[in-house]
Amino acid sequence: MTSLTLVRRIKARPSIVFDALTTPEGIACWWGPDDGPVLLAETDVRAGGRFKVRFRMLDGSEHESGGEYLEVVKPRRLAMSWRWADGEDPGESLLEFDLRAIPEGTELTLTHSRLHSEETRRSHEEGWNGALDKLERHFLTVPAEIRDSEAP
Amino acid sequence: MVKYQEERLNRTFAALVDPTRRSILARLERDGEASVSELARPFAIKLPAVMKHLDVLDDAELITRSKMGRTVTVRLNPGPMKAAMDWLRRYERFWSKSLDRLAAYAEHKEVESRRRDR
Repeated sequence: MTSLTLVRRIKARPSIVFDALTTPEGIACWWGPDDGPVLLAETDVRAGGRFKVRFRMLDGSEHESGGEYLEVVKPRRLAMSWRWADGEDPGESLLEFDLRAIPEGTELTLTHSRLHSEETRRSHEEGWNGALDKLERHFLTVPAEIRDSEAP
Repeated sequence: MVKYQEERLNRTFAALVDPTRRSILARLERDGEASVSELARPFAIKLPAVMKHLDVLDDAELITRSKMGRTVTVRLNPGPMKAAMDWLRRYERFWSKSLDRLAAYAEHKEVESRRRDR
């Protein structure tokens, strides 16, 4: 199924990174795809607790996502369900942060998986899983002029 | 609009499930265009089966077909694939930008806390 994994090395100890991930003050400083402001951040950091974040993008559009903390292991691991409030992408996905202490600070691994899960359920075709991953691998080998050109 | 895009994404993904259809698209990406019989040649399936796959790809707007005399030429239509990739890249952008700022924030906090401990 479709997933995204990003790894970052951060020059801060895991407990500081964990707080940045989970406190409303921390979240307000980093959450979002551009430099637009976080308008609301609420967290109840315990398994079964919920979070909600609303942000405005520089284009003026506002987006909200939220979910439930599924695993909270301070300062090593955080897993939560994720859903867009405005139904931008329907369905629930899974967000995981794993923090590993390294000499210079923390290695953070983010995994956002089960993307497009609603469609997965809706489609009864076999072999669906991994289709997008293959598509991505496949498509990345396509020359840029094909990728960037619009439909003829 | 969102509903339409969602349905289109679904059709794109459903069309891409099948390995034969993916390899037809790969061939078209490589060569730009091909006739139906050229597309059918590498597969151990009959022409009507290939035509069925082409119908699915056509419905998903992943290819276009044009007839010239007795030859049908098939071309790749990259729009829907691009839409599917854009959809994925949106998440990548979201997290990549967010983690950049998260790292900067945490590193700042680390420096602050060391200063306090001194």
